[in-house]
Amino acid sequence: MAAGVYRSLSQGLRRITPFGSRLYSDEARTVTLIPGDGIGPEISAAVQEIFAAASAPIKWETSDVTAIKGPGGKYIIPQEAQESMNKNKIGLKGPLKTPVGKGHPSMNLLLRKTFQLYANVRPCKSIEGFKTPYPDVDLVTIRENTEGEYSGIEHMIVDGVVQSIKLITEPASRRVAEFAFDFARAQGRDTVTAVHKANIMRMSDGLFLKCCREVAEDYKDIRFEEMYLDTVCLNMVQDPTQFDVLVMPNLYGDILSDLCAGLIGGLGVTPSGNIGADGVAIFESVHGTAPDIAGKDLANPTALLLSAVMMLRHLGLHDHARRIETAAFETIKEGTALTGDLGGKAKCSDFTREVSKKVQEIE
Amino acid sequence: MASVLQKCSVLCRSLPASAAVKAFSRSAAPCSLHTRDFHSGAAAYSQQLATVGASSKYGGRYTVTMIPGDGIGPELMGHVKDIFRYAGVPVDFEEVQITSQEGDEEAIENAITAIKRNGVALKGNFFHPPMPELLSRNMTVRVRLDLFANVLRCKTFPGLPSRHGDIDIVIIRENTEGEYTSLEHENVPGVVESLKIITAKSSERIARYAFEYAQRHGRKKVTAVHKANIMKMGDGLFLECCRKMSEEFPDIEYESMIIDNCSMQMVSRPQQFDVMVMPNLYGNIISNIGAGLVGGPGLVPGENIGEEYAVFETATRNTGKSIAGQNVANPTAMLLASALMLEHLGLDKYASLIENAVYKALAENKIRTPDLGGQHSTVDMVQTVVKEVEAQAAKM
Repeated sequence: MAAGVYRSLSQGLRRITPFGSRLYSDEARTVTLIPGDGIGPEISAAVQEIFAAASAPIKWETSDVTAIKGPGGKYIIPQEAQESMNKNKIGLKGPLKTPVGKGHPSMNLLLRKTFQLYANVRPCKSIEGFKTPYPDVDLVTIRENTEGEYSGIEHMIVDGVVQSIKLITEPASRRVAEFAFDFARAQGRDTVTAVHKANIMRMSDGLFLKCCREVAEDYKDIRFEEMYLDTVCLNMVQDPTQFDVLVMPNLYGDILSDLCAGLIGGLGVTPSGNIGADGVAIFESVHGTAPDIAGKDLANPTALLLSAVMMLRHLGLHDHARRIETAAFETIKEGTALTGDLGGKAKCSDFTREVSKKVQEIE
Repeated sequence: MASVLQKCSVLCRSLPASAAVKAFSRSAAPCSLHTRDFHSGAAAYSQQLATVGASSKYGGRYTVTMIPGDGIGPELMGHVKDIFRYAGVPVDFEEVQITSQEGDEEAIENAITAIKRNGVALKGNFFHPPMPELLSRNMTVRVRLDLFANVLRCKTFPGLPSRHGDIDIVIIRENTEGEYTSLEHENVPGVVESLKIITAKSSERIARYAFEYAQRHGRKKVTAVHKANIMKMGDGLFLECCRKMSEEFPDIEYESMIIDNCSMQMVSRPQQFDVMVMPNLYGNIISNIGAGLVGGPGLVPGENIGEEYAVFETATRNTGKSIAGQNVANPTAMLLASALMLEHLGLDKYASLIENAVYKALAENKIRTPDLGGQHSTVDMVQTVVKEVEAQAAKM
């Protein structure tokens, strides 16, 4: 909820900012951990090991979100998982598999609906040591996650003619725009660019753009720009350094965030966070469950680890975040303990051990 | 005839360094309406496509409609005319201007009539009108003339540095429907619905065009780009049409890819793509990614092909508002578009003449306008091309 800063006196030592709680005491913060399927459990274990080595004040509460049929026949997330999430507010999630079965909704969609995750945040920063044709990327994509082209409203008007409805509403657009500016301010970034196609979709993207413009008025310290989607794509592949924070509706966000992930090396190294109503935030790895290497100690925990680092920043634990992130990047830069997907031959446990060692050496 | 052939072969031999680029330009030929290769099982319309020679020819000279558009359009069109004059191209331009002011309906009608009359046009891009109700003039031209296919070829330019090498992708984009229907309404204040229309007819038509293009130009693979996991009915219909069409062309490999994965693949390994076919919006995105990968908006030409008419323009359709009139725009895209137009009319030797001169200017003379990171002006590029064209035309 990006509603500005407020002090909660009854909470005593906690000051709640739009980005979670800043801890003033030594108490550990409990976080819901959802290991997921496939390689999920092993990379979650890797993250826990590294966090322990870094002495991060995080207590893990493991939860299983595999959907069950609730009363009324609809699939829901189990009650305990929901309670855990609502209590802790912060979660870390591994890759989830959607079971094949009629009527079973996508797990990610279910989570999104249950916790009203309205903004998807993906910071894309080039990783030193993992070479791609784009060495200087440092941008963040913020995508509206609840409406737009993903409303799922489609009709076959007559045989052979299908109409899909894209829904843009003022509250949702405003909410994600406010989050984008708050995020930029909190993370010290100077420009927010709204990505749209209001030249073609005059009313819908026009409304989105209008909301962004209005919100920008309240954040005069952040520079606001607007750019057409095609211009962004064109410029992104020529010079990604010109972009800082990008905010956009659902479909463009989906495409652009994956495009940016491709710039830095793919989904195996890209972190992601989802911000929901009531201060809920779920950080996740966006790659698949990789069933072919599950259980073989070959997985790369980088994506989940970087998402966990994002989580630490959200909680205000910047020092721990910095140390863990630096340790991870240094390990990749050194190149001796890389997993298969990064071009090496090491095992997941080797990589984890190396990062844990480094994080203890870094001040 | 023999002497003409001899002169052509002399022309080819005299440009040894550009032999590779000549090969490039040859195979960059669009679906020319004069190509007469029919394949068994072709639908009636493709027979139409191959036989309709919609072009005005009188006394050995062709007439082509020219629509300068806004921004950098007018100045680039001026350069095209100059180069055509130096090359002795037997084409006359009928210039029709449409302003972007509202209420200029008559001018649009005149332009469309002119294109229908001549069959072929070279077009700049228009600014979008400020009123929400007015359909963009660019879209009006495409829809009214039923230019259902937007084709652009993204190929690495020899001699031009870029992050990825060996790119040779043909992007075929459905040009008339999808998200570009401008059907929007606000039922409740603050809630806007925008309609995306996908029809079986258009999807089948563009799929057939893509496969036939691939077959005609000896390409090996067609990739259909979609988001059918989310838009199950709309993109699902498009995908189904592509899949069914692939069965009629068993010698061409067919695959499908989701748009977000496709974008990721384009920036990490663009060499894997050959011909790509997709609905309108994804086409917009992939075209711009493709153009950016090979060097930018100033380089890649595009064509809009219909069953009866063809309109040539730059691939990324930029108006270049901020650089208009400053003599810094890169004329390459418009010049190559005019060359594609000449190929379409069957004036292959003039097309090659201009294309080779442009490639030579980029590769050997190393002319770099600001969009390519250099300091040369538009006129520098045009003059270099003119010099080369004059030299080669004298040998023809």
